[in-house]
Amino acid sequence: MIDAETRGRIEDFLLDCAWAIDEDELEAWPGFFAEDGRYRITTRDNEARGLPVGIMLCEGRGMMEDRVLALRTANIFEPHRYRHILGRPRLREAEGGLVRSDSSFIVMRTMQDGRMDLFAAGNYRDLLRVEDGQVMFQERAAVLESRRVDVLIVIPI
Amino acid sequence: MNTIGTPGDIMPAWPEGGVSRVPYRLFSDRGVYALEQERLFRGPVWNYLCLELEVAEPGDFRTAFIGETPIVVARDEAGELRGMVNRCAHKGALVCLAERGNRKHFSCIYHSWTYHLDGRLRGVAFRGGLKGKGGMPEDFDPARHRMQPIRVEVFCGLVFGTFEPDMPSVEEWVAPTMAHFLKRNLGARPLKVLGTHSQIIHNNWKLYAENVRDSYHATLLHTFYTTFKVNRLDMDGGILLSEGTPWHHISYAKRATFEEAAEYTEAKVHSASYESKLNGPALLETEDEFDDGITHSVQSIFPTLAVHFTLNSLCVRNFVPRGLEETELVWTYLGYADDSEEMTAMRVLQANLTGAAGLVSLEDGCINEFVQRGTRGSGDAAAVLEMGGRGLESSESSRATEVSIRGFWSGYRGLMGYA
Repeated sequence: MIDAETRGRIEDFLLDCAWAIDEDELEAWPGFFAEDGRYRITTRDNEARGLPVGIMLCEGRGMMEDRVLALRTANIFEPHRYRHILGRPRLREAEGGLVRSDSSFIVMRTMQDGRMDLFAAGNYRDLLRVEDGQVMFQERAAVLESRRVDVLIVIPI
Repeated sequence: MNTIGTPGDIMPAWPEGGVSRVPYRLFSDRGVYALEQERLFRGPVWNYLCLELEVAEPGDFRTAFIGETPIVVARDEAGELRGMVNRCAHKGALVCLAERGNRKHFSCIYHSWTYHLDGRLRGVAFRGGLKGKGGMPEDFDPARHRMQPIRVEVFCGLVFGTFEPDMPSVEEWVAPTMAHFLKRNLGARPLKVLGTHSQIIHNNWKLYAENVRDSYHATLLHTFYTTFKVNRLDMDGGILLSEGTPWHHISYAKRATFEEAAEYTEAKVHSASYESKLNGPALLETEDEFDDGITHSVQSIFPTLAVHFTLNSLCVRNFVPRGLEETELVWTYLGYADDSEEMTAMRVLQANLTGAAGLVSLEDGCINEFVQRGTRGSGDAAAVLEMGGRGLESSESSRATEVSIRGFWSGYRGLMGYA
């Protein structure tokens, strides 16, 4: 049973993570994860078929930091921003004292010239560690409804 | 048809300079695009359709495209692989809507015409009419109506299709150098799919065909390796073009010979290890799988297939035209059926280097669109492709060349009717 206070903390945490991305505070993004946390972007189809290769995979915070640094310094792309809209999470207790959270998201993408598109929709399948009132991702999978990505993904979803 | 190449025709006149010049108009002209469907995609080429393992069992089918023409590949009851246009012989509706599945026969949902797995017409609903009224004419002959067949052939686990009845075998068509490398990567051990996704890129399909052959841009546009000071020991490389028509290519990088030095052997360091400033260095942990020293390769097979082997990451890329200025780039990541768990884990992690979010190559998702946008309203202007000369010779010592792009255009020109 997940009490209302824990639920409140989790909901705030999920919102904070989305806001960090949308407000371009990407350097803070790996900090939402446990040191050995896992982040991936994949598709509904890959998940249904049990296929391990998705679109992005970070094993541990180090790889997330590399992603952010690559985005800032190495990768070349047309400037754009995200706006996440999150659904209320479905929460369940999971093994090892973790909390399993599923929440719908949509991501609107705005390009530098003002063009705005529905970029992604899907489910965040999260495993959360809740300790001493602190929440962090042990695992986060952004499972996209569509297998098609428009242009590219460089900002984490 | 023979008036091609003169001003005022559908095809633009090719400027002086042969394959070292490419008219920008070829990327944004509707007439050219329509003509390519007929002369190029439905012409004398083998088009990649799907993996053989996707149609392994009788009844398995997979839908695909040749240019924009919808295709279905199916394995019939006898185990024979069949290919046909995915179009009902009645009104032309798509017969198979799903991307893949298993069926005893096909059925068009519009008027319930049914087909055998080889595309022969099996039944026509209400053929005899209802209560003796209506129905098909007496002389309607089901044997004269069927889903249009195409030729299909498997090579190295890849299924190819062609509308041209007189094509040589795929192996003969790609010529020995290309066939050898396809066998190396895809033909020696049974394959398995590790994952798939696609990217919509907003450019004409030929810009991606050029991009995948463009070894000149690799270190200039894609700066991941240099930014993270990845100490690459595999900088020796070259370009191989197919014999005859040089429209297929291989670009490869090899580990340098000093890597064989004693300290590497003694320390049992995998010979393609990398030093870097990465916070997550496990990304580049790798293991040699071949004894030819090649650690990075991209191979293109005209018109819309590429296969890359980046460290341990093996992937089939199929770029499907979805209109004049839109292309779907489908990434299918592969491993071998007998891979160890460790090897699979390496392949999974290294998939990060490529694909829609590829650390090394994601720029390719937008760069071709920048060319598409940049060449609008360009009149008779043309691209200049003189890096590495103006000819079509393989370049076994350098990748600072555009020779494989010129090779693509030599094939294109031949098919589209230029001299």
